[in-house]
Amino acid sequence: MATPPVKVYGPPLSTAVSRVLVCLLEKDVPFQLVPVNMAKMEHKKPDYIKMQPFGQVPAFQDDDITLFESRAICRYIAEKYPNKGTAGLFGTNPLVKASIDQWLEAESQSFNPPSSVLTFQLVFAPLMKLKQDEALIKQNEAKLEKVLDVYENRLGSSRYLAGDEFTLADLSHLPNTQFLVEKTDKAELFTSRKNVGRWWSEISTRPAWKKVVEMQNA
Amino acid sequence: MAVKVYGFIGSNAVYRVLASLYEKNVDFEFITVNMVSREHKRPPFLTRNPFGQVPAFEDGDLTLFESRAITKYVARKYADQGTELILKDPIQMAIQTVWMEVENQKFDQASWKLMEIAMGRVRGGPELVAEYEKKLSDVLDVYEARLKENKYLAGDGFTLADLHHQPNIYFLMSTRVKRLFESRPHVRAWVADILSRPAWLKLMAFSP
Repeated sequence: MATPPVKVYGPPLSTAVSRVLVCLLEKDVPFQLVPVNMAKMEHKKPDYIKMQPFGQVPAFQDDDITLFESRAICRYIAEKYPNKGTAGLFGTNPLVKASIDQWLEAESQSFNPPSSVLTFQLVFAPLMKLKQDEALIKQNEAKLEKVLDVYENRLGSSRYLAGDEFTLADLSHLPNTQFLVEKTDKAELFTSRKNVGRWWSEISTRPAWKKVVEMQNA
Repeated sequence: MAVKVYGFIGSNAVYRVLASLYEKNVDFEFITVNMVSREHKRPPFLTRNPFGQVPAFEDGDLTLFESRAITKYVARKYADQGTELILKDPIQMAIQTVWMEVENQKFDQASWKLMEIAMGRVRGGPELVAEYEKKLSDVLDVYEARLKENKYLAGDGFTLADLHHQPNIYFLMSTRVKRLFESRPHVRAWVADILSRPAWLKLMAFSP
């Protein structure tokens, strides 16, 4: 079998890398996962910087194009392969697309900042033997609660964030939420909210995401 | 009027949306939300934006929030008029999307914090300023290299990738932070270009 043209650079444990992997798996797009030795600072070396000027993972290649920023990569994959795998990940008409963009932006602007801080403080800092910042944890937990209250309300009248179908807007939440629910004592933030809990249970048990989690645990 | 924008003057996110409407020559009605009385934090505004933020947007039956979702909607719906804000070729669009995400994930966080400090909304001593100026500098170093090869972030033409930067840059150019933009020649030229666009100047003259 020919080597797939799609290459993803970075470790599956990285939230941003896993966001791209789950999108490729949802779309049944074959890819090659290229390891990046972050302990040896490979991501800061000139060859890597050529692909990703900020020296972060993931980087992504498809035919002649090199991309970075996980949410940009996901949009590219969903646009390039609209009928492969899970259809409608990025909408089939402008109104649906607008709703998906709206909730993708909500993820970026409102959900991602506090959930990223909590993921780092509660999961990665201990692994890296760094001291946790209790004040920062408290502050960001409060912010995340407010965001999840909005989601609780939304998901009471809509099966998924942008509407009746699973889209990029939901997918984008998988990486941070997986860590918070499975690897910290903050699972309750999600599971104590009836609609958010229902939504999390549905999106996290999708086969594509389960495969990514397997790759993370390998 | 079919297109309505709910917000208040002085909000960067509101300006981001209005800039796209001006670039596209789309008429709109501006409905002022009372910031002082925190109208945006209560119903009925919350039905327009459950996060209690401005702007909220209406086009006929469609309501939207999040400025960068609204600008994309405007760019697509009014693709045939005004400035081409989203590139049509799939590869060029993918590259444009990368730089829109860079603005969203990296530029906005660094520049917004510096704005909040300058406005006195966040207590920031010299250490905090230095920290965020370093973050912004790192982003602008990447922009300098990018703009050496391309007139605009997505390529040859002005697109949403540049537009999304206008409000924060406009504000910061009236503060000490402007030296970070001015010390990088290609960034400086790009800033001068995007802030002198007719649509932006029209927006600066807008009064509800």
